Amino acid sequence: MVYRSFFPRDLFAELDRAQRELQQSFDVFPSIRGLTSGTFPAMNVGRTPRSVEIFAFAPGIDAGSLDVQIEKGVLVVAGKRVRDALPEKASVHIDERFAGDFRRVVTLPEDVDPDAVNATYRDGVLQISIGRKEAAQPRRITIQ
Amino acid sequence: MNMNEQNAIARNNEVARREPALLPPVDVIEDASGITLLADLPGVARESLDIQVEAETLTIEGAVALKLPEGMEATHAELGVPRYRRLFTLSKELDASRVEADFRDGVLKLRIPKAEHAQPKRIRVNVG
Repeated sequence: MVYRSFFPRDLFAELDRAQRELQQSFDVFPSIRGLTSGTFPAMNVGRTPRSVEIFAFAPGIDAGSLDVQIEKGVLVVAGKRVRDALPEKASVHIDERFAGDFRRVVTLPEDVDPDAVNATYRDGVLQISIGRKEAAQPRRITIQ
Repeated sequence: MNMNEQNAIARNNEVARREPALLPPVDVIEDASGITLLADLPGVARESLDIQVEAETLTIEGAVALKLPEGMEATHAELGVPRYRRLFTLSKELDASRVEADFRDGVLKLRIPKAEHAQPKRIRVNVG
């Protein structure tokens, strides 16, 4: 159980922050608030003719505890983010970071090759690169 | 309004005019000797992280750099802006000159100690 103070130390800073967040929500960039709320980890997906690239933004995780599986055309990324123990007599003023178990599922295109997978974890980003089958790659047809 | 406040406001306006950025989620924990701030900045390399303290304003800013294969076409993006930025107002009892920063696996950990005079002191009550 985390103790949360009723009156954060700097009330005006908090009001300022709330106002800034409110302003940003009316901005021309709606994705600006995409990180503070919503699912963990946030994911971006892209594709090239040779591969499907998945980026999972999962900072502060021991790479060894990440569970990445591909089964029946579905990619599952699961793991746990542990919250650091609080020091003695500490009070939490802001508590926005995700903690606990997470699991995200991505449906893959039909042409992926589950044997050609490469996953790396760097700077808090898990990048999974899955190769696509030869037949799916564009082929130039020579005209005789 | 003193000079410092004017500078802080000018700086805030200047920051707001810069390119759009995401607000990174943070935890702020206070204990007897200082404040610990944790911020999630996935995709930011150590060298592209910028932390500044100026006129009681703490600015955390970082650019996201991903290894994108050539010719990649994005099909789904939850992280749409490749930059994080967040400003905090520090209170007077914090000693901004002794901030310690640690950045690992996309998590920034800042330790801002309280100034000497703001440290808790136990007062002995003498029974006479």
